[in-house]
Amino acid sequence: MSTKRPARVAVAGVAESDLGQCPPGTTPLDLAAQATLRALEDCGLSLGDVDGLFCSSAQVRFGPMVLAEYLGLHPRVFDGTQVGGSSFMSHLAHARLAIEAGECEVAVIAYGSTQRSVSRSQASPPDYNPYETPHRPMMPATAYALAASRHMHEFGTTREQLAEVAVAARQWALLNPNAWEKEPLTIEQVLGSRMVSWPLTVRDCCLVLDGGGAMVLTSAERARTLRKPPVRVLGIGQALGHSSISSMPDFTTTAARESGRDAFAEAGLAPSDVRVLSLYDAFTITPVLFLEDLGFCAKGEGGAFVQGGAIAPGGRLAVNTNGGGLSYCHPGMYGLLGMIEAVRQVRGECGARQVENCDIALAHGNGGVLSSQCTVLFGSDAAT
Amino acid sequence: MKSPHAIWQEHLERGELAYQQAPEGRAVFFPRVAAPGDGAPLEWKLSRGTGTVHATTVVYRKGEPPLNVAIIELDEGFRMMSRVVGIDATDVRIDMRVRFRAEPAGEDRPAIAVFERECA
Repeated sequence: MSTKRPARVAVAGVAESDLGQCPPGTTPLDLAAQATLRALEDCGLSLGDVDGLFCSSAQVRFGPMVLAEYLGLHPRVFDGTQVGGSSFMSHLAHARLAIEAGECEVAVIAYGSTQRSVSRSQASPPDYNPYETPHRPMMPATAYALAASRHMHEFGTTREQLAEVAVAARQWALLNPNAWEKEPLTIEQVLGSRMVSWPLTVRDCCLVLDGGGAMVLTSAERARTLRKPPVRVLGIGQALGHSSISSMPDFTTTAARESGRDAFAEAGLAPSDVRVLSLYDAFTITPVLFLEDLGFCAKGEGGAFVQGGAIAPGGRLAVNTNGGGLSYCHPGMYGLLGMIEAVRQVRGECGARQVENCDIALAHGNGGVLSSQCTVLFGSDAAT
Repeated sequence: MKSPHAIWQEHLERGELAYQQAPEGRAVFFPRVAAPGDGAPLEWKLSRGTGTVHATTVVYRKGEPPLNVAIIELDEGFRMMSRVVGIDATDVRIDMRVRFRAEPAGEDRPAIAVFERECA
């Protein structure tokens, strides 16, 4: 394995925009700008300090350009990498390089979506694929359902085990005042809900909401002079497996195996060091796959791993403590919100859902249809 | 010069399931201008049309009967998305043996490649 990479870049500020259902006429840029100002306020910086801008949204083709215009910024470094829900982990990797190289000092990663207000089909119409679209898959649910069917076939994973993921997310969401869902959920309710693409019911699928977020990054030295304790970027791994589901090389193993391996190698850490996980839960099958591929359990054992409330509050591993895309908020590209929660857990500011002694947290992003996989490890100054 | 997709669709309109083969014998699907990984030239081949269901789901849309969508692994070693037709969508199982059929979509619409359960 490679040697540990020095953790010279830190997260200084994080914030969500308004989440859920936004007033009529709200644009994705309104939310990205609102989140940016809140994240700067979180750390005591201002727009004038920002010289790096990273932005993407399914509804905005030229992310950094339009957000720079909106906020009146003139960034020296900008990037709008678009690989779906894990884009912001890639932005973080690029921002880290730019800060380390002295190309910029204060980078903002921002996102906004109004997919609930304008409908998912308007916000994120799937690309036409001449070898898939004529068969009328309901994308993206059908792609994840196909992967789930294979996991069930090869390893005996059950619909009840998948439902455990949704139930655990709901229990965490009930501890998060910002979460969309406010009522308890049972395994029976998940199984009995409207079937979308077998074996996934509507309760196995993430929410479709408006929302956004932002993160401010700077050098660890500068972050130490700011309002909140710095949260260091300890390791990042990125991997692309495929784009269309029919080209997925192995339907039960994702490229998270490579992204996780690389992130842990950079950080000089192992899964047993991690106190909190944000695992992109677009569908209930995804945390199961990522627990396996990131090394928290053996391949095929993810279903058994999540059983009995194991990833719910009070369980053996804290996963998606904000309630996740399933019960907290899913604006279409959830990765940034997952990273924000990981940072807040390391800061110790999560209130009723705070996990004790959370010095190290992992955020894993997924983009496309299990296609793009990016893993980030965050740690407190003490953990560095 | 014809595009890879146009060549594939022409075969399909004739009732043939075409795929491409790399020099070392590896089957390649979807059709493209060169082999993934090394950029080698690709040769068109016709599949025997037999294969197995590799993954399967049933899509439920309001006001429509349940629709099977499956990933089929052809015996030549490539996979593609398709549908298993002729049996109830919920009766399609992984490892089921299936056989290709070109389904005319009618009017101006191009034919599509579907699969039927192979009789034992």
